[in-house]
Amino acid sequence: MNNALLEVRNLSVDFHTARGTVHAVKNVSWSVNRGETLAILGESGSGKSVSASAVMNILDMPPAHIVSGEIFYDGQDLLKVSYETHRALNGKKIAMIFQDPLSHLNPVYTVGWQIVEMMTAHGRPADMARARALELIKRVGIPDPEAALHKYPHQFSGGQRQRLMIAMALMLKPDILIADEPTTALDVTIQADVLALLKELQAETGMGLVLITHDLGVVAEIADRVVVMSKGEIVEAGTPRDVYHNAQHPYTRQLIGAAPGKGEIKLLDSAEPVLLETKKLCKTYGEFTALKDVSLVLHRGQCLAVVGESGSGKSTLARSILRLEKADSGEALWKGKDLLAMNARDLLGMRREIQMVFQDPTQSLNPRMSVYQLISEGWDIHKLMPDKAARQTRVAELLAQVGLAPEHAARYPHQFSGGQRQRIAIARALALEPELIICDEAVSALDVSIQAQVIALLDDLRKRLGISFLFIAHDLGVVRDFADTVIVMKAGEIVERGPTRQIFEAPQHAYTQRLLAANLDPDPEIQAQRRLAGATP
Amino acid sequence: MTKLIGQRVIASLLSLLGLMILVFFLSRLTGDPAVLFLPIDATEEMKSQFRTLHGLDLPLFEQFGRYVWDLAHLDFGESLRKARPAIDIVLEAYAWTLPLAGITMGLVVVAAVILGSLAAFNVGGFFDRLVSIVSLIGASAPDFWIAIVAIVLFSINLGWLPTSGVGTPWHWILPVSVLFIRPFGLIVQVVRGSMLSALSAAYVKTARAKGVKNLPLIFVHTLRNAMLPVITVIGDQAAALLNGAVIVETIFGFPGIGKLMIDSILQRDFNVVLAAIMVTAIAIFIMNVLIDLAYGLLDPRIRH
Repeated sequence: MNNALLEVRNLSVDFHTARGTVHAVKNVSWSVNRGETLAILGESGSGKSVSASAVMNILDMPPAHIVSGEIFYDGQDLLKVSYETHRALNGKKIAMIFQDPLSHLNPVYTVGWQIVEMMTAHGRPADMARARALELIKRVGIPDPEAALHKYPHQFSGGQRQRLMIAMALMLKPDILIADEPTTALDVTIQADVLALLKELQAETGMGLVLITHDLGVVAEIADRVVVMSKGEIVEAGTPRDVYHNAQHPYTRQLIGAAPGKGEIKLLDSAEPVLLETKKLCKTYGEFTALKDVSLVLHRGQCLAVVGESGSGKSTLARSILRLEKADSGEALWKGKDLLAMNARDLLGMRREIQMVFQDPTQSLNPRMSVYQLISEGWDIHKLMPDKAARQTRVAELLAQVGLAPEHAARYPHQFSGGQRQRIAIARALALEPELIICDEAVSALDVSIQAQVIALLDDLRKRLGISFLFIAHDLGVVRDFADTVIVMKAGEIVERGPTRQIFEAPQHAYTQRLLAANLDPDPEIQAQRRLAGATP
Repeated sequence: MTKLIGQRVIASLLSLLGLMILVFFLSRLTGDPAVLFLPIDATEEMKSQFRTLHGLDLPLFEQFGRYVWDLAHLDFGESLRKARPAIDIVLEAYAWTLPLAGITMGLVVVAAVILGSLAAFNVGGFFDRLVSIVSLIGASAPDFWIAIVAIVLFSINLGWLPTSGVGTPWHWILPVSVLFIRPFGLIVQVVRGSMLSALSAAYVKTARAKGVKNLPLIFVHTLRNAMLPVITVIGDQAAALLNGAVIVETIFGFPGIGKLMIDSILQRDFNVVLAAIMVTAIAIFIMNVLIDLAYGLLDPRIRH
């Protein structure tokens, strides 16, 4: 490892915050060679992005403070060179792409201007830059490159924006590309395309690729080597296969164990009565069809998963059932009564029986209400449990049920982690003793290990309390572990439905097959086999 | 974009119409115009003559019709004191106020945007603190006091600049400088705040990772995004100047719309007051349309 292309040695970075000093990374060392892909794997707060930001000199200092370490590129320590030297390397020799291309592209300039600027900022003539930009926009697969130059970021889809970011990063043929969660915000099929594009471009240019991710599947698909980070330290390093099959550190083992999509598939028990049934639900927004003839049946105690990519209408379906959105036509029968035709009084009763848990607990919990207020608010609305002492006991019980402590009742949402907040949201839903909980991407924003805990909690609630779930998700692994039946949606329509085992083991519709093929398996062996199978169809 | 501007124009026209109606009824609610306009010792005969002359004996509805008709022709009647069309007097005053407001706001915007941006980039540093202190003083200092102190210092004690009036470029320096201070203080603060949040945006990180130099990073990547809230405040401040800087114009004897309005009110020259109000309203209306256009030019997401 003496002559690695880029080498980070014993880097330690502190963050000085109002609450004291946080050791963001401690003694972190990694390196990447030409043509090689290094994955930095870690959950939120593990410090996985910090060393890459230090390489690019884009850490905000303060609060960040580099305590010690070296970053070697081309014989010089990047932590010691002048600002101007470092600036001249950025983009030209080491380029970076980011997680959310919409916020990382400047909204007020055209895509063409931003891509061309990558070269003009390094003193290349504009006409040469323009020719190169056209070539690269074409290379990354954007239709009509000439027109794309004059469009603004918001006029592209998420996947296209990430392709444009990649085109921008490659303008000056950098030696190293750092990709910080490049596919996290994208749908699975788009993610597969973008990863394939990165690999192809790497093969063409021989650049070293540093990929920061939280997703074992991405590591299995693309990495040559992986370092696993936890609490600012590298706890494990090696090839993806070694790390996956022979993990030494307990954290790595826990992370691999938590990866969804590996458990037993549940068997459907359809003897229970029907709880919810929709018949030909339709909803359009102007020209856009959000729901088209959506019919489904959910039995008591069952978990029905709705999967599909963004824009497939899954959230509109949930909102239409709850009457948060008005369906254009169709019926939604709740225990035989049409929800869409209910009067205000019956509707209030229904709202107690059906609860919802949203994707982002940071936004769905009022930050100015204590946990006690959040959980007990439903009782005020539905005039239940007038006795204050009884309420306090019940809140404590509910908190215990979701794995929190009774003394948490007095705290406010910001004092909890993301996973804990989602538990609060679940406790709030449970307070009204619902018969159905609709989860709209309820675990998508959570780290894998937390995700596994929340899913285990939901499964436990289903078994003990007989609650049914309508589980909306884009992560197929989670769905496979939790659902009894699955509905696959595309462009507002149900393209396939069936028991979980049937959908996952013998998918009929081409779209379902494509979704499953694009879903990355955390096991590098399986990914390698799939690639082989894909190469020889 | 055209649709958006169209909507804003219609909305502004409606408020202009509202203002017209309000002015008409207010000027009749404050009492009998004949009593207000004529000297206190006017005879009953003179008053009725006045009413017939100005159509004040007609039914209210007809009076309103005439009023609207005259407005449409920008005919506000004659100035009672100067015996010339009121509109001519107002437009003459505007010919002084417009350049005063334009020069002042031009200087304010250029200075505030540059200093505010640099302060935000150096947040917490010496330059940032200096700009913050100066702008805070500027935003809170009373302009009549600064005007008088400036006259005492630069005109009387040092004798560098004329005390009042117009005529040479030297006459403009003190009014422009005094009018500059308050909007500058305010806009610097807004630019600084807006730039601070824009500088922490993700696309700035991208630009730094691209190796963009600091000056284009601040003034090309960040500033254009940070300008939207600033434009709103610039509009407010420019409107205040178009209304006439009453105190400053009076102190410096500057023949602008502010001084004209005060003089006309004191002299009960209602036709001139009415003309001044309407012309100012139209000027502010035009400026608001320009501000909307600026939004569209700065942010493509509004355009599309």
